[in-house]
Amino acid sequence: MKETIRPALVSLAVFTVLCGFVYPLVMDGIAAVVFPHQATGSLIRDRDGHVVGSELIGQPFDNPAYFWSRLTAEANYDASNSTGTNLGPSGFVNDRGQLGPNQTLARSAKDRIDALRAADPTNTQPVPVDLVTSSASGLDPHISPAAAYYQVGRVARLRGQPADAVRKLVDDHLEGRTLGILGEPRVNVLLLNRALDDRFGPSKPNG
Amino acid sequence: MTATGIGQIILYAIVLVALGIPLGAYMARVYTGQATFAQRVLGPVERLFYRLFGIKPDQEQSWKQYAIAAMVFNLLGIVVVYLLQRMQAHLPENPNGLANVDPRVAFNTAVSFGTNTNWQAYGGESTMSHLVQSAALGVQNFVSAATGMAVLIPLIRGFTRRHADTVGSFWVDLTRPTLYILLPLSIVLAVFLVQQGVPQTTDGKETAALLDAQPGTPPADARPGTIVSPVDDQPRDATRGGVNGPASPDQGGRESPPVINQPIAVGPVASQVAIKQLGTNGGGYYNVKSAHPLENPTPLSNFVECLSILLISGALCFTFGRMIGSRKQGIALLVTMAILLVPFVALTLQQEQQPSPALSSLSVDAQASALQPGGNMEGKEARLGISASALWSTTTTAASNGSVNSMHDSYTPLGGMSPIFLMALGEVSFGGVGSGLYGLLIFAIVAVFIAGLMVGRTPEFLGKKIEAYEMKMASFAILVPVAAVLLGAAFACLVDETYTKALSNHGPHGFSEVLYAFVSQGNNNGSAFGGLTASGTFYATAGGICMWVARYWIILPTLAIAGSLAKKKIVPPSSGTLPTTGPLFVVLLVGVVLLVGALSFVPALALGPIVEHLVLHP
Repeated sequence: MKETIRPALVSLAVFTVLCGFVYPLVMDGIAAVVFPHQATGSLIRDRDGHVVGSELIGQPFDNPAYFWSRLTAEANYDASNSTGTNLGPSGFVNDRGQLGPNQTLARSAKDRIDALRAADPTNTQPVPVDLVTSSASGLDPHISPAAAYYQVGRVARLRGQPADAVRKLVDDHLEGRTLGILGEPRVNVLLLNRALDDRFGPSKPNG
Repeated sequence: MTATGIGQIILYAIVLVALGIPLGAYMARVYTGQATFAQRVLGPVERLFYRLFGIKPDQEQSWKQYAIAAMVFNLLGIVVVYLLQRMQAHLPENPNGLANVDPRVAFNTAVSFGTNTNWQAYGGESTMSHLVQSAALGVQNFVSAATGMAVLIPLIRGFTRRHADTVGSFWVDLTRPTLYILLPLSIVLAVFLVQQGVPQTTDGKETAALLDAQPGTPPADARPGTIVSPVDDQPRDATRGGVNGPASPDQGGRESPPVINQPIAVGPVASQVAIKQLGTNGGGYYNVKSAHPLENPTPLSNFVECLSILLISGALCFTFGRMIGSRKQGIALLVTMAILLVPFVALTLQQEQQPSPALSSLSVDAQASALQPGGNMEGKEARLGISASALWSTTTTAASNGSVNSMHDSYTPLGGMSPIFLMALGEVSFGGVGSGLYGLLIFAIVAVFIAGLMVGRTPEFLGKKIEAYEMKMASFAILVPVAAVLLGAAFACLVDETYTKALSNHGPHGFSEVLYAFVSQGNNNGSAFGGLTASGTFYATAGGICMWVARYWIILPTLAIAGSLAKKKIVPPSSGTLPTTGPLFVVLLVGVVLLVGALSFVPALALGPIVEHLVLHP
């Protein structure tokens, strides 16, 4: 046993130092020197240097003069507590134990559709699916291009701007598939909304 | 299925093989002690380590000594992880002031990381300090992966040696892959991930001002696994975005102040993510693992992380081929793994591209087009869409990785069944690093045994006679995890209160959550149907036991087989020997794996995903 205990203890200590301290600290050092912006969370700062978001983390928007993000399980997009809804496709549809499509999913989608319709009664197109579903992280910074174009009419009207000008802004913020094949085309909602404010002036608080 | 989706998957397969061939050759050199470039640089470090350990690298062990060394080393690691979690409030590198971890969760987590499972009964960013993430969990990410590989290598030596009493030195087989394989690959991957946007810093939390301040809803108590429903029964202002409900009236009649700030957890993320992907660990830095935009920011980071899941497990097939002197044999095993995986990728991809039945009566556009991924987007990220999510969910469960980039709980019934079934096959389609291949070799022993029974000859595999002792050990290794999973799930359902309280979904989907939890832990995978609250006494304890049993009751019989095979002579192939490099053997092996999995798990799957599918599509 003795010939096992010593190597076990020492090797655990040695690998703890190597993999648990040296490795992450060396990576911290490399990251801080080579990629300082990404290393601290790709933060966006305003002119005064205050942090106003991360390029990679979504923010909640419920002012109709902004583009809206995806639904989320994490109230207010708290990025220190990521979670998905974990709602399954089925569930009980009444208290007699009858099974069917998950009513909670249906209700949150319907609430979102109602809110979109109430803010823009003239738009009766079907709503792109990513706008009525919750993301995996609860912090999704993106929506699909379809979901962005869907909201152009409303945002343009509430800001008193021609729809073409707002649509042009969305075009400028389209991100395509990497190498033409990986991932999905998308629009970063926070960056788009910041660009809206830059171009057309800030929106009144809460519309 | 969309054309770009299929294109992504084909590109994935091509790059995987292209990287796997040279890596496999390199790993063979590492394990056979040949000089590599890394060894010329780190050789002195390796020799210093052996002096510190007090061992001679050329002093080999019998299979029993090797097994004891592995067990003692793992047990010590588990104890250290437990203690560090229990003391984290009093230790440095805790910038967010997190409390000591609950003992049940700490036990579960310690076993989980020691066994290369990385089941997470906690939310990373809100539970574990930087010290615990790096010095406890990060270290186990390396050494539990190296242990998995260190159990495979004696088995390979068992096939190549004759009349040998020893199978190698555990300390050497632990040290060399950590220094020469896992660390270099992790450093390269971590630097790439930081470039893509994954944080790597000693800071703890940033605070950002929200562009659109939100009406006051107090932040929810986000206990791990707690479901914070975006829906409430309060009437809402229908002109607003519907992200938050209005302030609830039961707060003393006054509105809570508006939310103007967003906390953003950062830390040493990239270094952790790199090894958890490469070492088939899977334990995310953040609660939602690689669905988190800071853990997996871009489609390219997603592609590379997803490649890393299968990279070492796949490349080990080439290593195996080189070490036994038959590259064709390695390729036959890799083809077997791929045949087991591909149909499930296709099933999940096809199912997830369908719109959710819950939205069918609403005015929703779920058709895939140039402007949107469409399909079942609940629990999926917009940058990843359907295809990248489906590929990840199946590869992460085929390998025993268990990190996720989408929420499996929100998958369609059959889309979510693929991950369950892939894990239930015993993690042998790629599987964990090392453990996947030794698991498949054990199935191969069973396959040649069955073939031998059919033609009435003593079965042989790679020149070694397969006899009663090997078959007993192989049966152990295959049946013990099955028993752990099914007994655990059945017990959870019997304990009625436990069963229903921990679930966020009910009916057959609730059963799927329970089944998933035990299949995942009982096969050392670690992914979850996240709706299950896994931090309670029952699930934390039962899960911990399952992970323990599943890991070590495969390792012990595997090493026993290695020891037994090493003692035997090598018989030259005769006309009656089943060739084990051709299509006949591949089909036989695929059949054995599928049959054992199906016989064990189809009844349970029928109660969960299958009945749920039939309910939704009558």
